Amino acid sequence: MSLRTLTPPDPETLVTGALPRKRRRLRRAGESYGFLAPTLILLFVLMIVPIVMVIGYSFQDNVILRSSSEFTGTANYVTVLTDPAFWKATGNTVFFSTVSVAVHLVLGLTFALLLNSPLISVTSRAVFRALYALPWLFTAAVIAVLWRMVLSPNGIVNFLLNTDVEWLADPQLALGTVTFINIWAGYPFFMVSLLAGLQGIPQDLHEAASIDGASQVQRFWNVTIPQLRPIIISLLLLDLIWTSQQFALIWLTTGGGPIDVTEMLSTYTYKLAFANYDFSLAATAAVLILLMSLVLAVLYVRHQKARD
Amino acid sequence: MTMTTQRRTRLAKSGVLAGLLLGAVFAAGPVLWMLSSSFKSNTEIFELPPRLITGSFSFDAYTAILTNSETLRFFFNSYLVAGAVTILTLLVAIHAAYAFSRFEFRGKRVLNVVIISVQAVPPITLLIPYFGLVVALGLYNTYPGLIFTYMVFTLPYAIIMMTGYMNTLPRELDEAVRVDGAGSLTALWRVLVPISVPGIVSVGIYTFMIAWNEYLFALTLTRTTEMRTVPIGIQLLMGQHSYEWNQIMAMSILGSIPVLILFLVLQRFFISGLTAGSVKS
Repeated sequence: MSLRTLTPPDPETLVTGALPRKRRRLRRAGESYGFLAPTLILLFVLMIVPIVMVIGYSFQDNVILRSSSEFTGTANYVTVLTDPAFWKATGNTVFFSTVSVAVHLVLGLTFALLLNSPLISVTSRAVFRALYALPWLFTAAVIAVLWRMVLSPNGIVNFLLNTDVEWLADPQLALGTVTFINIWAGYPFFMVSLLAGLQGIPQDLHEAASIDGASQVQRFWNVTIPQLRPIIISLLLLDLIWTSQQFALIWLTTGGGPIDVTEMLSTYTYKLAFANYDFSLAATAAVLILLMSLVLAVLYVRHQKARD
Repeated sequence: MTMTTQRRTRLAKSGVLAGLLLGAVFAAGPVLWMLSSSFKSNTEIFELPPRLITGSFSFDAYTAILTNSETLRFFFNSYLVAGAVTILTLLVAIHAAYAFSRFEFRGKRVLNVVIISVQAVPPITLLIPYFGLVVALGLYNTYPGLIFTYMVFTLPYAIIMMTGYMNTLPRELDEAVRVDGAGSLTALWRVLVPISVPGIVSVGIYTFMIAWNEYLFALTLTRTTEMRTVPIGIQLLMGQHSYEWNQIMAMSILGSIPVLILFLVLQRFFISGLTAGSVKS
């Protein structure tokens, strides 16, 4: 779901809207709950209940499929946390996410700077911008089949590189390959956001730096980067949250294989539930993933608050 | 002096252009190859040396997809689910955004934090209890099962974007209607909603794209072929016809067209709606 990543939401947006007015405040407060009722009900049913349920499942055995579940304490957690496959998946997820996010930033910033260059015409800027945004328009299922065709042993990539490589089936290469595919799929989000950020930097900052004798490289590090810093941190955290949750792309390219070299926490959990039918262990892994995501979410919310 | 500056500018210019072209090959090359493959016969896709356009250029793969009732059903399902999710999300989000933008109430800050944090909850964490719930409620392999679970992804964004948009609209507009004795609901639907159309369209497009692209829940909460959506349909095509690559590519392109159209045609609308939403009052 690459399109999920369109705009970093602004946490203060919801709060700063209404101005406090003492008069009619009580009546209006009651009214506002009426307008919020559908949201509150949906959040309760789709968020609070499931999270309570999944935590409950993680302390029982035989959940969902059988009606005779028993409380097992922390046994599931011991099983998952001592499973080497869980740690293998954690390591893969960390590699996949951090490399993807880092390269997304470098590529996104490079393309944004090239597109923002005063040396190219308005028309070519528009054309290149559209071409560069292309990967953004495809859903993970399409991206997966596209790269499976391009990277197939007798596909065009092997022809162009004059190689004969099983990019997605070779245990040495598969993790790097899926990371590369994810890099291709995800950099436009950075590019578009950073291009907007670059265009928002006041021109007089650059002019003042030039008058002071700063070179282009110095201006980049001392004007551009500090000005973009808040956007960059938001983008890094959001992308880290989303990339670490990636499922479809992995599932449809390698399915976590060969063996376990591209197994992510998401595919590991999915297999526990829908291949092994062990929903108790799957719930336990799901709770552990939730805890890891919460750490990133707290960092993100804090950063957004600090920006205001 | 001027000669060297000119030469340096020209050199820098060709450097930038070379970089841009290299980037374009990386970004658009695979997409071009997908497009080209969808017009080939299946045997030509892997022929050596590869050619962009071959002698048997045809729309056969597209015809095959568009005349197959099974694949057409995938499209019908995706339009139905994404359309329903969009309408329901907009209805709920418009009312919530109105409350956030125009009212003060107890718990506003807490609810704000909840709505933001919901976006960070991993889909795989929700999937396990959703599966249990959907089966228990008899919604397994049904449209409502997909529609309601998708709203957990779409609603938080829709509320945040919609509130941001309404915050940019002067309060005096709807206040005036209310002073005239009309209720809040009238003020919302008669005044705020009509002038919020650009914001509503942006949020609607965005919601539709999220629902159209969803994969994990569609994979797990439906079972039969006639309930599958386009992303799952693409996957099914791979197993079924033992790799009819031209048809898989045609299906992928047809499946991307709604998002492409929404994005390109309404891009200006969309981006102005987004930027308007991001301005704080």
